[in-house]
Amino acid sequence: MLSGGEMLIRSLQEEGVDLIFGYPGGAALHIYDALFQQDKITHILVRHEQCAAHAADGYTRATGKVGTVLVTSGPGATNAITGIATAFTDSIPMVVISGQVPAEKIGEDAFQETDMVGISRPIVKHSFMVKHASEIPAIIKKAYYIANTGRPGPVVVDVPKSTVNPAEKFPYDPPKKVKLRSYTPISKGHTGQIKKAVEMLLKAKRPVIYSGGGVVLGNASEQLTELAHKLNFPVTNTLMGLGAFPGNDKQFIGMLGMHGTFEANTAMHHSDLILAIGARFDDRVTNTPGKFCPNAKIIHIDIDPASISKTIAADVPIVGAVDSVLAEMLELLKESKQKPDEKALASWWKQINEWRERHGIYTASRYNTEGDMIMPQDAIKALYEVTNGDAVVCSDVGQHQMFAAQYYLFNRPRQWVNSGGLGTMGFGLPAAMGVACAIRDKDIVVVTGEGSIQMCIQELSTLRQYGLPVKIVCLNNQALGMVKQWQDMVYDSRYSQIHYEDSLPDFCKLMEAYGHEGVEIYTKDELKPKLAEAMAKKDKTVFINIHVDPSEHVYPMQVAPDGSMRDMWLSKTERT
Amino acid sequence: MRHIISVLMENEAGALSRVVGLFSQRGYNIESLTVAPTEDATLSRLTLTTIGDDHKIEQITKNLNKLIDVVKLVDLTEGQHIERELMLIKLKAVGSQRAEIKRCVDIFRAQIIDVTSSVYTVQVTGTSDKLDAFVQAVGDAVILEVVRTGVSGIARGDKVLRL
Repeated sequence: MLSGGEMLIRSLQEEGVDLIFGYPGGAALHIYDALFQQDKITHILVRHEQCAAHAADGYTRATGKVGTVLVTSGPGATNAITGIATAFTDSIPMVVISGQVPAEKIGEDAFQETDMVGISRPIVKHSFMVKHASEIPAIIKKAYYIANTGRPGPVVVDVPKSTVNPAEKFPYDPPKKVKLRSYTPISKGHTGQIKKAVEMLLKAKRPVIYSGGGVVLGNASEQLTELAHKLNFPVTNTLMGLGAFPGNDKQFIGMLGMHGTFEANTAMHHSDLILAIGARFDDRVTNTPGKFCPNAKIIHIDIDPASISKTIAADVPIVGAVDSVLAEMLELLKESKQKPDEKALASWWKQINEWRERHGIYTASRYNTEGDMIMPQDAIKALYEVTNGDAVVCSDVGQHQMFAAQYYLFNRPRQWVNSGGLGTMGFGLPAAMGVACAIRDKDIVVVTGEGSIQMCIQELSTLRQYGLPVKIVCLNNQALGMVKQWQDMVYDSRYSQIHYEDSLPDFCKLMEAYGHEGVEIYTKDELKPKLAEAMAKKDKTVFINIHVDPSEHVYPMQVAPDGSMRDMWLSKTERT
Repeated sequence: MRHIISVLMENEAGALSRVVGLFSQRGYNIESLTVAPTEDATLSRLTLTTIGDDHKIEQITKNLNKLIDVVKLVDLTEGQHIERELMLIKLKAVGSQRAEIKRCVDIFRAQIIDVTSSVYTVQVTGTSDKLDAFVQAVGDAVILEVVRTGVSGIARGDKVLRL
């Protein structure tokens, strides 16, 4: 016989949960008491519930294991909302357990009562409200199953205090298997469609593989790499897909989209066949949908049927798990007597290489290297060198995120952790905290700006408490850089609310106050040595405040509105 | 185009709000909505009418199918189907109006189901168009109150929507 609280903890243990990010409170007290009386699950006490969700999210993105969050009712639950929405938009599996007021008080505007199931409804894959303690084992099992199958996503389990009362014990009877008549995730793709796709691939003259976050989530990066090599097709990754195909492979043509490379966006535009894998034709990728890749047939592989033909119609839709579909494609290619059109591909590559030479960011520095100030691009390049391209990079949101995406060449999946879909400033530090809980043998770097970092900076305290070492690389440009860039480009440099008027904290002193270290980098000469010195402090959290050119913009940048993929600003004065 | 989508879903708290929420969240419109448990008490049958082009309807059905509570659904307007709506309408009926309304009720094969010295309450069933026509025929001047159930529908012939 177990109480509801004990059942909850026991069920989590049986799901293999060994780590919870959370924050206690009134409605969660029974659960926290049950947690206290066991030693299989470690609990990380964050400083704000949003960061519990971000930390669990970062942990999941870096390891592939489902993260778990535990918060109390009311403000605890609502604080977690931004973190849940961030995970939802990027299809990150997560289970959020929220305390709730006792069942008999629900609806009475009780202290710290809020309708968590209602508030979270549009940003969860599914949610449960526990009605009786005996339901808990089955609900927890379902929650992890739903979160981590099909197109993954967060699941909320709202637990009224009365259902976890330690005084009421019931038989613990966990189900062996999850049965849901209304939910059967698809794995295998339609063989006929896959055959058709392979035939098209073999005939393509100007193909591009456009791969997204689904390849990372679906653990299909090996299959993707093999397929791309076998076909000798160029590969572009979305912001979410970086690392799924090695960043320094010669077939990699860079990220695509709003801040994608010239060669990737131009190749997409002129392509005759696009193989989209686990990508969702986001508006930051396609630019104007009506002008998207006018000559291309589109093969779209995705586990979520609703992602197919949502914004861009697919000619050959394939609904299925990307690893399974790609494996089947590879089999068919092995069996096929036909080979890819080598002659056409050779001239396609010649064309792409010419684009690379002309405007590519990897063939030359396309920004001003003459000035005295450190350029943000150079800061990322230095970081790449100092970390041997091997760090797990967690990014915040803004210009620094785009520079990191462009210039840190990710060679393996789950090496790049960022809020791509929701664009949540403040994500980087707590996400890195989650990564640091699981990964000890790699450098963990937060790439951030002086704006983003201040959104969740209180987690420096959590890092201190648990001895979690992360290196915070702040591209400090004294302003909300991405907003500034838009205000420069679209609003005639009318800088509305992007400056802090000399109110920025002394980050080094702040770090010291939290028991960490800080370093200031002002000049080009000191960039690499000081960065290397900071990175060498393996067991420490260090804030590396790099003062960069505040006037720099991120380029290329697609022209909007009404631009096609190939319409880009290449610098402040140069356009395609 | 107008579509009638019929959904079998888990008869559980929160299921309806997920369906309705999906529509407001993604900017789809709902013209009418009706829901009740089926002969299997664990399932509810929800019928909704919505307007949209093929692309929008495809997205609606795909997103409905993604909801964990939705077990099965069918777009009835894709095939031969029967649709019915029920209306209760309270009409001012005094003097010569009484006979006139009675005639109108007969023409529409409706029924007067409650009578007072000054009011008729009429029940009309049929397609939404027929109900609209009845409302128009009796005229605003005599209408005191209108209640409509929203459209309910079922496929013609052998086709069934069940587990």
